[in-house]
Amino acid sequence: MPAFISVSKSQRYLLYLSEIMSMKVLVGVKRVLDPQVKARVKADKSGIDLTNAKMTMNPFCENAVEEAIRLREAGSVEEVVAISIGAAKSEETLRNALALGADRAILVLTEEVLEPLAIAKVLKAIVEKENPDLVLVGKQAIDDECNQTGQMLSALLGWPQATFASKLELINGRAQVTREVDSGLETINVNMPAVISADLRLNEPRYASLPNVMKAKRKPLDKIDLIDLGLDTANRMTTLEVMEPPARAAGVMVASVAELVEKLRNEAQVI
Amino acid sequence: MSILVIAEHDNASLVGATLNTVTAAQQIGDDIDLLIAGNGCDAAAQAAAQVAGVNRVLIADHTNLEGLLAENVANLVVSLAGNYSHVLTAATTFGKNFMPRAAALLDMSQISEISEVISTDTFVRPVYAGNAMAKVQSSDSIKFITIRTTKFEAAAETGGSATVEAVDAVTDSGLSRFIGLSSSESERVELTSASIVISGGRGMQNGENFHMLDSVADKLGAAVGASRAAVDAGFVPNDYQVGQTGKVIAPDLYIAVGISGAIQHLAGMKDSKTIVAINKDSEAPIFQVADYGLVADLFEAVPELEKAL
Ligand SMILES: Cc1cc2nc3c(=O)[nH]c(=O)nc-3n(C[C@H](O)[C@H](O)[C@H](O)COP(=O)(O)OP(=O)(O)OC[C@H]3O[C@@H](n4cnc5c(N)ncnc54)[C@H](O)[C@@H]3O)c2cc1C
Ligand SMILES: Nc1ncnc2c1ncn2[C@@H]1O[C@H](COP(=O)(O)O)[C@@H](O)[C@H]1O
Repeated sequence: MPAFISVSKSQRYLLYLSEIMSMKVLVGVKRVLDPQVKARVKADKSGIDLTNAKMTMNPFCENAVEEAIRLREAGSVEEVVAISIGAAKSEETLRNALALGADRAILVLTEEVLEPLAIAKVLKAIVEKENPDLVLVGKQAIDDECNQTGQMLSALLGWPQATFASKLELINGRAQVTREVDSGLETINVNMPAVISADLRLNEPRYASLPNVMKAKRKPLDKIDLIDLGLDTANRMTTLEVMEPPARAAGVMVASVAELVEKLRNEAQVI
Repeated sequence: MSILVIAEHDNASLVGATLNTVTAAQQIGDDIDLLIAGNGCDAAAQAAAQVAGVNRVLIADHTNLEGLLAENVANLVVSLAGNYSHVLTAATTFGKNFMPRAAALLDMSQISEISEVISTDTFVRPVYAGNAMAKVQSSDSIKFITIRTTKFEAAAETGGSATVEAVDAVTDSGLSRFIGLSSSESERVELTSASIVISGGRGMQNGENFHMLDSVADKLGAAVGASRAAVDAGFVPNDYQVGQTGKVIAPDLYIAVGISGAIQHLAGMKDSKTIVAINKDSEAPIFQVADYGLVADLFEAVPELEKAL
């Protein structure tokens, strides 16, 4: 093979490597009520009582953070930046992301609870500053259960989206994503930059080790006031009331399979 | 009120969830158009025209819509949405994928997974894995809404006589490519439309043991579901999963076998009419929602159940 071809090939390869090695990932993390805790509706029906409640990183965001860190460990990503929008306490969630391995964090401070459209606008503003190649978010927040933010962010950016990801591979500057859909598993291939939302089976999130928790305290965390971004983040929805779901009537215990079948036939009449 | 319902279909016919969405639309107003987007979806459009309560069927049939990529579907919806006060779709993985994208492109919020229509701008939706119900009022000029299908009856599949009109498909966004879909083969009735479901959890121990549930399902004409733990462990494919992260179902009869009853699992099945729990742990939380509870070893109880049917 003539020498010049192999040189240009390896040069191209190096260029390609430096391109992928310098990739930056932005990960959105939300602070939510711990999934093991049962939400309690406030007596005045104004919302959920979160006083002294155990809060944690939204589980789907843990998957998003884990995936970003794995990409960095695999050498395809250079920097992982975690971002959260919320009250001052969200710093805990970001420190957690840093302890898991994120390189630095951004906290956009607001006391208001923003809707996904507003969150997406804030994320867009940060994306425009940070220029990441990839944004990872959770597929849904387990508190408001909106399942919107990733889709909205990619719409606002004019980027492709890959939601409900259970597998992600970066190949030749594109993302190949397996998505969990109602009928099975779908595969799509999207341009980069892209927004990808993580499903729970994307990976198994690690636990932060104590030394990493200590180290995280010293990692950079920038705070920005929402107001300073100058965005229209007004909510479009008013919560009129939050109610308890209707309770199920108490059931009975049966002593045997025979009794069960008899009850299903004659009492419930469902078989 | 004019309402656009984005249908989900498999090119030949409508997916059941679309019929529930039509009912939700009827509770908002009576001027209802149904959009069928796809590649080779004419038969689905013809089926849609029969649905009771539908005024017009809009069909966008184009190769760009193969695989129904979110970018292209959202752009199509955006091109039509200006004519409507409400845009509705089912909160399935199809609807959840494109709908927020379409809403955001028009600077609108989305009201996710409503369980009840209170008025044209006020809706109830479950939050916190169904542990609370939020009543919300929207001020957006076009209301983008996804529907929790189990909370709305299915509209009649026949009796309607809608016109079918072609609409222009949008150009390909060029952002994304559809590679393929792998579905788990099953001759059994689909989980979300089954009137009886038997689900297995971690207690099943392995995938092989799920055949015990298959035998019961065969006798009952039931679908088979699973907990997340059973899917995570690889006993069954992801599309079996019932719960907050999986499918939300409300069959007439739900039989939970070797499932503890975590909040996230209950979120997907607690609206079932009759719930049966078979678990060897009498303290398992699943018994709190069960109409009939049987404390037993599933490896004895399930074969016995199969024989008794
Ligand atoms: C964000 C989030 C989302 C989630 N989404 C979902 C979801 O969509 N769906 C879902 O199901 N879970 C979901 N989960 C997981 C959920 O919290 C539970 O971990 C899961 O439901 C447990 O599954 P399981 O009941 O099969 O397993 P386990 O909790 O381990 O229960 C197994 C049960 O089997 C019983 N058992 C064992 N052996 C036998 C036997 N021989 N005979 C009879 N009984 C036996 C045991 O007594 C036990 O009660 C989610 C969790 C999170 C954090
Ligand atoms: N306040 C927030 N701060 C950072 N990320 C968020 C916030 N809210 C939502 N997200 C991201 O968007 C995902 C989906 O949230 P949602 O659309 O609210 O269900 C979450 O898993 C996060 O990754």
